Order: sequence, then C-alpha cells, then structure tokens
Amino acid sequence: MSVATKTDKIQRLAELAATKETATGASLWREAFRRLKHSKMAIIGAVIIALFIVLAIVGPYIAPYSPTAQTWRGEVFPNRGEFVGARGENWFGLDHLGRDLFSRFLVGARQTLLVGIVATTIGLIIGFVIGGLAGAFATLGGDTGKRIDSVIMRFIDIMLAMPSLLLAVSIAAVMGQSLTAVMIAVGVVQIPVFARLLRGSMLAQGTSDYVLAAQSLGLRKRRIVLSQVIPNSLSPVIVQATLSLATAIIEAAALSYLGLGNPDPAIPEWGVMLTQAQRFFDNAPMMAVYPAVGIIITALGFTLLGEAMREALDPKLRG
Amino acid sequence: MSLLTVDELTVTFGGRGRKESRAVDGVSFEVDQGQVVGLVGESGCGKSVTSLALMGLLPHKGVTVGGRAEFDGTDLFTMSPSARRDLRGRKMAMIFQDPLSSLNPVVPVGVQVTEILERHRGLKGGAARKEAAHLLDRVGIPDPTRRLKEYPHQLSGGMRQRALIAMAVACAPRMLIADEPTTALDVTIQAQILELLKELVDQEGTALLMITHDLGVVAGLCDQVNVLYAGKVVESAGRRELFAHPTHPYAHGLLGSIPRLDSPRGESLKPIRGSINDRIAWADGCAFAPRCDRYEMGCLTGTPQLTEPRAAGHQVRCVNPVLDDAKAEEVPA
Amino acid sequence: MSLLELDGVKVHFPIKKGVLFGRTVGHVYAVDGVSLKVEAGETYGLVGESGCGKTTLGRSVLRLVDITEGSVVLDGTDLAKLPGEEMRRFRRRLQMVFQDPLGSLNPRQNIESILSEGMVAHGIGKDQEERREKIKSILDKVGLPSNALSRYPHEFSGGQRQRIGIARALVLEPDVIICDEPVSALDVSVQAQVINLLEELQEELGLTYLVIAHDLAVVRHISDTIGVMYLGSLVEEAPSDALYAEPKHPYTKALMSAVPVPDPEVEDRRERILLTGDLPSPANPPSGCRFHTRCPWVQERCSTERPELRDVGGGHRVACHYADEIESGALKRTRPTDIEAVTETEGVVTEQPEGATEVSVALLPADSTTKPDPEVVKERVSSAVEARSDQTADAVVKDADAANPNASGKTSDETD
Repeated sequence: MSVATKTDKIQRLAELAATKETATGASLWREAFRRLKHSKMAIIGAVIIALFIVLAIVGPYIAPYSPTAQTWRGEVFPNRGEFVGARGENWFGLDHLGRDLFSRFLVGARQTLLVGIVATTIGLIIGFVIGGLAGAFATLGGDTGKRIDSVIMRFIDIMLAMPSLLLAVSIAAVMGQSLTAVMIAVGVVQIPVFARLLRGSMLAQGTSDYVLAAQSLGLRKRRIVLSQVIPNSLSPVIVQATLSLATAIIEAAALSYLGLGNPDPAIPEWGVMLTQAQRFFDNAPMMAVYPAVGIIITALGFTLLGEAMREALDPKLRG
Repeated sequence: MSLLTVDELTVTFGGRGRKESRAVDGVSFEVDQGQVVGLVGESGCGKSVTSLALMGLLPHKGVTVGGRAEFDGTDLFTMSPSARRDLRGRKMAMIFQDPLSSLNPVVPVGVQVTEILERHRGLKGGAARKEAAHLLDRVGIPDPTRRLKEYPHQLSGGMRQRALIAMAVACAPRMLIADEPTTALDVTIQAQILELLKELVDQEGTALLMITHDLGVVAGLCDQVNVLYAGKVVESAGRRELFAHPTHPYAHGLLGSIPRLDSPRGESLKPIRGSINDRIAWADGCAFAPRCDRYEMGCLTGTPQLTEPRAAGHQVRCVNPVLDDAKAEEVPA
Repeated sequence: MSLLELDGVKVHFPIKKGVLFGRTVGHVYAVDGVSLKVEAGETYGLVGESGCGKTTLGRSVLRLVDITEGSVVLDGTDLAKLPGEEMRRFRRRLQMVFQDPLGSLNPRQNIESILSEGMVAHGIGKDQEERREKIKSILDKVGLPSNALSRYPHEFSGGQRQRIGIARALVLEPDVIICDEPVSALDVSVQAQVINLLEELQEELGLTYLVIAHDLAVVRHISDTIGVMYLGSLVEEAPSDALYAEPKHPYTKALMSAVPVPDPEVEDRRERILLTGDLPSPANPPSGCRFHTRCPWVQERCSTERPELRDVGGGHRVACHYADEIESGALKRTRPTDIEAVTETEGVVTEQPEGATEVSVALLPADSTTKPDPEVVKERVSSAVEARSDQTADAVVKDADAANPNASGKTSDETD
C-alpha cells in the first residue's frame, strides 16, 4: 500500500472520529459550574439572590423616605385600629408609627442579609473545624483517633439534641438583646449540622481507593487529609451552606419575632418588622405580608440555588 | 418458527434537547425452543439494553424503542402494558447480574417466591409455600423449607442467585433472559450456576438468552452466539463455528487477547488497540474501524452489511473479514 | 536471599461492639499465617476467590492494614516492625496498582498533580520542572500522550486510567509493585493491553511484581510462581507451568476445572470438579484443614489437624495431608463432586449455638445416585451429629446435607 493512501486512510478516520467531544482538561468544579449554568432552578435562584444583594446594597440610597422618620404620625391611630394602606405617596402604606413601610422594607434588606450571612458563616467555620478534626482523626488516626472522634461527636450529638430555637433563645437571653446575639445564636445552632455533614462525608471518602493509594504512595497523613479527603468532602457542605442561609434568615426572623432581636428601632430588619406587625394583624395584615413575602422569596432563592448545586455536584450525574 | 424473533431492534436514549445516543442499532436474532443463544460484547455494546428492551423494563421517558420483537407469535412492542406485565414473569423471565440488589432485602425469600406463584399461577397459602419449597429444591437449595423463612442477606451469593433463578422459573417460563448471571460470583460458584442453567434448558426445554462478556462462559453454554459491537451484531454463528473460525476482526481479536488457562506460558497476548470510545458512527462506516488492523478505505463507505463470507449461517458484518485461518491459538492436544 | 519474604503473616481484624469503648467480640481471620518469597525480577501471582484474604495480604505488605503477627522482609528490612515515619518513607520502594482505576485516582486532581504528589513526598526531583520531565517520560513509557498532564481522571477511558495508576507507581522507582486485580475492572479487549504493558515494563525496568487476582488464567499468564489462597492461608504454591500441569491440592484442582476456557472443544471435553457449597466465614473458619468442609477427598484427620505447607519437590509446595494419595489414586473420593450442597453463610454462622457439632457430607454414601429423601437426610445428619459429638465439640456446623447427586457419573479426577 502506498504511503499516500495510508495517510488518507488515517485522515479520513480522524475526520469521522473528531465529531465526538474531546476531553478538555476541565476539573470537576468547572464541570459542575457548567451544569449549573444550564439549570433553570439555579438561574432563578441566582437571579433572586442577586436582586436581594443589589437591594441590600442600594436599598438605603433609593429609599424615598427616611425609614425612621415618623412623618405621617398624625394619620395612623393603632388604638382605634386606623391604618393607612398602600397609596401613591407610600407604596406599601404606613406602619403603626406613621413610618413609610416601603422605605423600611428597602433599608431592612441589608440587615436581613447580614444576619443570614454572618450566622451561616459562624456555623460553617466552627462546624467545619470541629467536623474536619473529627473526620481527620476518624479516617487516619488509627484507634486513638477513633476514640477522639467518638468524644467529639458525642459532644456534637448533645448540641444537636437541644431544640435549636431553645438554644438560640438561651444564648440570646444570656448575651442580652442585640443583633449580635441573634447572629451568634442562629450560627451556633448550625454548628452540629455542618460538623456532622463534613465528618460523614470525610468518613465516606476516607475508605475510598484513592485515599488508600495516597497512603501507599507514602504521603503524610496531614497532606492526605488536606489534599485528598477534604476537597472531595466539600460538595455537601457547600450545598448545606446555601440551604442554611435560607433557614438562618428565617430563624433570625423567628428570634426577632419573639422579641429577642435588635432593639434599636433605627435599623429596620424584616424579622423585626414582622414582629411589630403581628400586634396589628387584625387591622393591618399587609404590614406583616411585605416583610414575610420578602423573607420567603429570599429563602426560596437560596434553596433553589442550593438544590441546583446539589444536583450539579452529584458525581453520579457526571459526564 | 422461532420462539423469539428480534428484527432490527433499535434503542435510542436522550432526545428533547439532550444529545441522542443509540445504544442498540439494528439488532436481529432468533431464539428457538430449548436453545441457548448468547449475546456477547463489552460494556457499552448494547447487550444489556437489548435484554431490558425485550423484557419491557426500560424507562418510558427519554427512550425510544424501534424495530420488532415477536415472542410466541405476538409482537412485544405493540401489546398493551398489562398484557406485557402478564407475559413477563409468566412466559419470559429475567435473571440479573447482582442477586443481592435484585432481591427485596426486607422480605424473606419465601415470601418473594410465593408472591410470584400467587400472582401468576393463582396458588394460595399452603399450596404456594409447598410449591416454593419445591422450586428452591429444584434449583439446588438444600433445606428449602428453612431457607424460605430467611432474608436475602442470610444467603450466600451463590444461594441468592439460585433463589433468583427459582423465582424466574416459578411459572415454567418458555424463555429465560440471563444478564451476566455469574459475573458477580466466584469461579467455583459460577461453575455451579452454569451447570444449573444447563440442566434447566436440557430438562425443561426452556429457551435461554445468555448475555455475557465472558467468552469462556459462552464457549461452554451457548448454541448460537451473537457478537455485539457498538450496538450492532458484528458476527453471528454457531458456537463451534465461531470459536474455530472467528471471522470479524473484532471477534478474532477478542479471542486472541484473552489469556487462556490452557495456553502455554510466555505466549504473548495480541491486544486490540484503543478503547470502546474510539469509534465512528455506523452510518459513516464500520464502528470498529479505528481499532481495526484490517481497516481499509472501503470500511468507511457506509454501514457494512451482514454477509456470509465463510459458511452458510455464519454471518459477518465486515468488508475485509479474516478468512485466512491464522488462528490466534491452537487447541493443545 | 529473596527480595521480598513474608513469614507467618497474620492479619486478624477485631470485630467490635459498643459505642465509646468498643469491646472485641471476635476476630476475622483474614490472613492466617502466610509465608512466601518473591524473587527479584520475577512475578509472584496470588490467586484465590473473594474472601480468601489475598487483597488483605497485599495491603499488609504495604502496612496499609496492621500486621497482627509475622514478618514482611523487603531487602533485609522487616517492615512489620518499622515505626510510622520510617515506614512512610519505605513505601517508595513498594508501590501498588489498584483494581478500580477510577476509584483509586483522586477525581479533583489533574494527572500532573496525581503523579507528582508521591515524588514531592519522597523528595524526588529538585523542582516541579524536573518532576514534570520525569512524569512525561513515564507517561510515554505507559503509552499515554504528554498532553494528559493537565487532564482529569474522568476524562480518560478505563484502560488509560489504569495506565495512569501504573505510572503513579512507576515514578517512585519502586522495587516491588503489588498489583491488586490490575485488569479485572477493565473491558476484555483492554485487559490484554494492560497485561502486555506490565510485562513490557518488567522486562525493561527489571520490576518485581506481586500480582493478586481471582482470574487464574490471567495469573498463570503473567506469573512465574503462583500461590493459591483459601480462607486466609496458602494451600498450594508452585511454578506457573507446574501448577497448571499438576495441581496437587484438591482446591486448586477444583478451581482450575471451574475456570471457563473460550473454546468449545475444550469445554465439551473437560470434566468439572464442582465444589459443594460456599466459602465458610473467615470470622469462624473450620477447624483443621480450612478446606475440609468442601473437599471431595475429605478424611477424618482433615477436620482435626491443620496441614502445613510442605515441599513435594520442584519448588512445589502443598498444604494437604493426602496430596500424594490423591495423586496416585490410592485415595477415593469421599464426597460426590457434582452434588449441590451448601454450607452456612456468614449471617447464619454467628447464630449457631455454641459447641455445635460438625456434620460432614462424607457420611452420605458417595455412590448414591438417587436424590435423597429429605427425611432420610435429616436422619443421617442427626445420627452423624450423635456419632461425632464427642470428638469435635467446638467445630462449626456445616450442614452440607441435602445431596443431589447427578446420575451422569461425572467422577473423573481432573481436567485433562
């Protein structure tokens, strides 16, 4: 056979075979992100969150009135059950002190977001450290490590056994009524969730073949934990963090609702607004509806994104 | 007429926005009463999908099944779902690869067997239990009355597969489809199970469609062998003919690449290069061409057809088949 | 002296119960006294069925599991006694190739990172540049393109992944590579590629392999010496060809006769020794010879006395009291080999009452050709229990009872 036809043959084959996708060197994270971009759920969630963040940033600047000024005081008489609903001047109407509800809603977004993020971050960081330590001891620490892990996890179990709201209430009660107390209380409640999740995930990874392979390569244990076990255990924790943001906002609202939140009336927050509104629910239900809908939609946004991420990061759906 | 006639079966996954992939691409074969027919191939060749399509066990969403499959005179793909369900288990039964996950873990084996008897054969209570015990005994499970009360996890792998076979033959089906029935088992247990299947075919006249990747299993069991590659039958012949004269370069190469227990040591293997991913669309030519040593320009002019270049009844889908008998290995005396 | 010597290696896993302070309620005797020698530049094949302890033995050599007893001597150093950090550094000389090519590669590391990690840990190569050069040359050796460096494991096919696994072992320039089922997860057409690659690398680099596999045909193809394991111990060891030509242990005979050969001519001619029942639980191994519950030639002595691995000439070692008698035909089978009987499975064994008595199917007439009546079997079994109860009080119950002898009379000794 001549050389020319041989090259022809190979070329023709290459042309036909080239129609299929070729590998590009994309890491799993990048692939997950690519899948995320094609998910409707993720896009809706991301849009809601983006709007919320934008609102939190620009809210105070676009608010038509001051959120604290009792400008229309003379028009609202809570004692007699007389309120002012939505009107051209005040889009959401007035609250019981004659303040513009729309302005309070816009300004309150920032505080709400802050509570969610800070509380979740507290839970995530502390939970990550505790869970990571327990997981590291359990997977590579031998018998002694297993015992240490056992002790840590029993402690976490005790935390988990306490009703979360009760735990938050007691923390808030000890620290006094402040926004910080609410954030810490909500954050602490999340610690066992993150700790258990990370540890469980690490245990599952710890028995995998590549961890065994890393050991047989002669890598140091610390290195195996940091470069092999933890990176592969992150997915569920990240998903949980998004979902936790939603619950954190709701829990912070619940604490505010119970009157444990920020006592400073100068800073509006959706949870606080909801608390204040409940007293007048019979006569002015809309006062409660605005912050409630705000909280629900935000929580929905984070939940949608979290669920979409769970799907995108699922290794079973790879490829 | 054959018991089962499969004609140009196609199974396509995907569609609706996602890229379509054709898992089975025009597979035709026949199974006669009392015959053992093998579907052989590697992962992704479409052998398991074929069996699921015949049993009607593929998901309804995102899967398109084409072609015809006639079982005992009725078309499987046009019959009503309820008639299909009735047929399944009664006239056609399947044995799966993983016996543990095919059995319900929280229900005793006995209940799972009697359930089938009650549903398909109308047996009740004591009669069903008696028949179940008889079935377990039939497939070589000792002390069947005691075993009936046990849960799947209490049985060993071999026993579980026997229990599954008992369930499959509960209604004396006319055809059994076995999808890699011994792949999850050890060789000594595999030998026991293969012996049992052989016995069932010999004594009951059941037809058996054997799906496997193991050419050794095929050599000992199947009457007729269909070798699948990338969703198409590339070679089909009687067992002796196929192993004596593998004619498609894929089948030929496969036989040359397997280490044999009885081949002299030091004889090096002749592997097939590349992997199943190195393929071209059948519409463009032979899917095996990128891995084939005998690849010619002629291989790329459309789908090669099944021909009989060597002997009648020995079908080969290749434009450049292996006809010189340079067999990879000779049977030692 | 041999490069790698295992002497009386035992690995027993404790079975623990309890929450905070687990108490040991028993042991799984995964590896129970294995001695073998692997010569430099050769391939030692370890074959056996699932649960025989071959994988545990492979891992114990690398001390990935704790060695309960015995020594593993590599080039004069006893690994079983090395302290942690020294053992870690020693692992460079002993590398492993795993069964599941995808599972054994970290999915979040690219190939360069996977291959350089071990080199970093052992201080091979001055900088990443030097390491990359070395990795490229190894990739070339195992037949992967150098553009593989920036890609991730999931982007490769099964065969290519196994090549990556082999490259990962090779970059550390080990003395011994332990291959645990190196091809069983691969497609048939790809298995040969990997087998050939292992052989070529051995020739080129003078590697020593310990190959662990369940596929006797694969093991026979690549090994110089083969050890057959059953329930935690070696039952036979011989040069590859000798083992195939003259298997001496009844288990080896049965195993060989069960391996399917892709050739109808051979398949139709050969006779099978079908073993009765399944592997007993390693948590509760049978007394005496571990194989006596399934052995077609079982004798009284087998259930009480554990046979040592003894040399029968020509580097052939076998752990059977009656290997010579079986060979010469002086010993007749005590158990029909194509009966379908069963032993207790793991879940059930633990439920057996203490001090249960052993029942051997040998008490059934070996020449019976009819299916025994269940009642008769029960009677035989119970009388057997009485007859034996004084002798082996602590033995495990093995009710290999309902025999179902096939009338076809397949009682020939072995494959020919």
